[in-house]
Amino acid sequence: MELRPILATLRKHRIPAVLIVLEIALACAVLCNAVFMISLRVRQMHLPNAIDERGISLVSVNGADPKLAASDIPRDLTALRGIAGVTAASVSNTVPLSTNNIGWSFGTSPDATLATQHTVNLSMYFVGEGADQALGLRLKQGRFFTNDEYADSKLGSGVLPGIHVAVLTESAAKRMWPGQSPLGKTFYSKPDYYQVVGVVADVMRPWVSDAEHAYNAVYFPLAPDAMTSGYIVRSAPEDRQRVLQQATQALQKLNPGAVVKGRTFTDIRNRYFADTNSMAWMLVLVCAVMLAVTAFGIVGLTSFWVAQRRRQIGVRRAVGATRTDILRYFQAENFLLASFGIALGMALAYGLNLFLMKHYELPRLPGVYLPVGAAVLWAIGQLAVLGPALRASNVPPVVATRAA
Amino acid sequence: MFGYYLDLAWRSLRRHKILAALMTLAIALGIGASVTMLTVLHNLSGNPLPGRSDVLFHPQVDPRPADLPGAKVEPPDNLTYLDAVNLYRMGVAPRRAVMGGNWLPVRKDVPDSPLAMTTNRATTADFFAMFGVPFVYGSAWSAQDDANHAQLVVLSQALNQKLFGGADSVGKTLVIATKTFRVAGVIGAWNPQPRFYDVDDAYDGGAFAAAEQMYMPFFTWLDLPQDYGYGSMDCWGTDPNAGQHNPKAPQCTWAQFWVELDTPAQVADYRAALEQYSRQQHQLGRFQRAPNVRLRGLLDWLDYKHVIPVTVRMQTWIAFGVLLICMVNTVGLMVAKFLRKSGEIGVRRALGASRRAVFLQCLVEAGVVGAAGGLLGLPMAWLGLWMVRQQPVSFAASAHFDPSMLVAALALALLSALLAGVWPALRASRVAPALQVKSL
Repeated sequence: MELRPILATLRKHRIPAVLIVLEIALACAVLCNAVFMISLRVRQMHLPNAIDERGISLVSVNGADPKLAASDIPRDLTALRGIAGVTAASVSNTVPLSTNNIGWSFGTSPDATLATQHTVNLSMYFVGEGADQALGLRLKQGRFFTNDEYADSKLGSGVLPGIHVAVLTESAAKRMWPGQSPLGKTFYSKPDYYQVVGVVADVMRPWVSDAEHAYNAVYFPLAPDAMTSGYIVRSAPEDRQRVLQQATQALQKLNPGAVVKGRTFTDIRNRYFADTNSMAWMLVLVCAVMLAVTAFGIVGLTSFWVAQRRRQIGVRRAVGATRTDILRYFQAENFLLASFGIALGMALAYGLNLFLMKHYELPRLPGVYLPVGAAVLWAIGQLAVLGPALRASNVPPVVATRAA
Repeated sequence: MFGYYLDLAWRSLRRHKILAALMTLAIALGIGASVTMLTVLHNLSGNPLPGRSDVLFHPQVDPRPADLPGAKVEPPDNLTYLDAVNLYRMGVAPRRAVMGGNWLPVRKDVPDSPLAMTTNRATTADFFAMFGVPFVYGSAWSAQDDANHAQLVVLSQALNQKLFGGADSVGKTLVIATKTFRVAGVIGAWNPQPRFYDVDDAYDGGAFAAAEQMYMPFFTWLDLPQDYGYGSMDCWGTDPNAGQHNPKAPQCTWAQFWVELDTPAQVADYRAALEQYSRQQHQLGRFQRAPNVRLRGLLDWLDYKHVIPVTVRMQTWIAFGVLLICMVNTVGLMVAKFLRKSGEIGVRRALGASRRAVFLQCLVEAGVVGAAGGLLGLPMAWLGLWMVRQQPVSFAASAHFDPSMLVAALALALLSALLAGVWPALRASRVAPALQVKSL
């Protein structure tokens, strides 16, 4: 297809041409950034989490007498393990994505400070016996805690346990000792120190500020204590609703003075990501509206254009152009305009991304989104132009002779 | 002339129905999106206590250690237990209230009644008068009750409905955290948004959380066991006690404090008193830092805390981006529309109409499109707000239609259509009459 006549025509009809280019450029800029933002959210919602998410329920018991925790918790766990369908039960102070986070910074040398390299803020999970089974943790190296370690571990006057063993997630271990085996290594928070006895596959923190630090977590053993007031109950996914209901009833019966509340892990996850999810859908809606509006704009302008050039089309048809030629002409013209728009739009997309990076802590737009945005807009342009172009190709040659 | 232009505009739009519909739809979509987000933004950034906001102030002092890595210059938002009590006892402000949010198990004082975890605000007597809280039954407790650690409770309307079926429950008793409390009063509908007096509790919905279900004297609450949980605490230092659930820990800030100051002189006096207090604590060796105090008014405080969620600000930007795209499209469609009637314009010009007249006629047409777009945009905004309300986000409740936004929507639609119409109308008015008339 010869481009020269198209360019010559566009030069004569500068205004509609410029408007179409501008529409496509704006749509391209917003689309690239919006799709990028959607993908960030989707990625955050699909970060892997190495626990049995579909089988776990959590029952919290609030307001039981803290002095009786040492005897209450084993009694409650026995009752839970007696429920048909429960494969494992244990206690923990918190679970991933519950927003109930205790973070603590640990260093890899006794005198490490917050500023020292490899000092990492870890979310602390205090767990009771059998928690690895109840959560479905996947051990990668070493071992989980022994019964003696559970029994010996008490919270002193502070928040850190008195025992000196810990299990890290893979990511946390890699961050603290890059390229080395973490087993047997010690990490510190003066005056406490902990030896790594095992490494588990990555489990998310109770509160994830950014994907990079999503897995900085540590497991400590703990003897029954008022702090571990969350009961983790694991069952087959299909039994979960019934098990949760029975577990909540059983615990309420055993702790009449306490407030007992049960949730499946799926509920916890959905609640945690409610905002993210709603923002992602809002962006999808915006993209749809924007592309529709852009398509309408192209349809309107091209229709006008076709109507204006009816006589020229008639002349071309009269001197031998086929319908296909006319159709191809308008399609090529739209493709050309879309290409200009996309080129301008990419520059705009980059600028918009810089603005978002500055004000909303968004990462840099990866290059891969640009060709995707371009492809979508080329497609939208071609779809929008099809109707008017078909109408143009149906202009009969006789129109040329009829005019004054 | 205006009526005639309106008539012409109407005829012209009816002649090209599809083009007119596309323009109206583009404006309506843009208006729908931007008015939805404007309404949310407007409701979120509203004044929670109109009429009282300019006499309420939020004092802050700085008890942090001198060397705290990564510490901001701004003092902590909340007070330590000790500072809260000291400032509460410092009688410089005419009214003052110290407070904290927490959870407590509550049941009716009858055997076997179910226990429910209830949100509670532990505060002092002035809270109700200072914040203009309306009472349906009974009244607030007194400063004397605060001093006596009286076991009194004020219920919200909703909790009173749940526990007593909405009846006058003053004098009835409740079991709260195993202790017996007497109901002193029931407040009416009161839920300031943003919940300015405690904006931090991200656990609980942050600045747009609902008001608490009940209220009790601050010092009475401190006597209760605290392991039911209370609002977020900010601690520092290496003291191993820091992580324990102890509201009296010297290195943890968590208590909110508000004062009422009615005149600029009182504000100045109070600021001086805060500095004096800080200096005194510094001399005593409790404060390591030089006096670093703040006394922000309610609206300044909300501003400083950036209470509007980032998602909302971002969505507002996006909504206006959509409006801009819709406007560019409308410009395109209007150019098409006006140039299409070049012949007609040529005739009018040849018959003596001035460029100005043609320009005005085209603008009226743009205005009609804008008005139609605005009217169509209203149901879209209504739909948009409905969708926001369906979201499980903390600010969902604030997404309701507001009559003032009705006017804003129509004005915005008219304005954007007129703006979009200016340039196409200018072009149309420059049509050369001779050329057009010749080609007819």
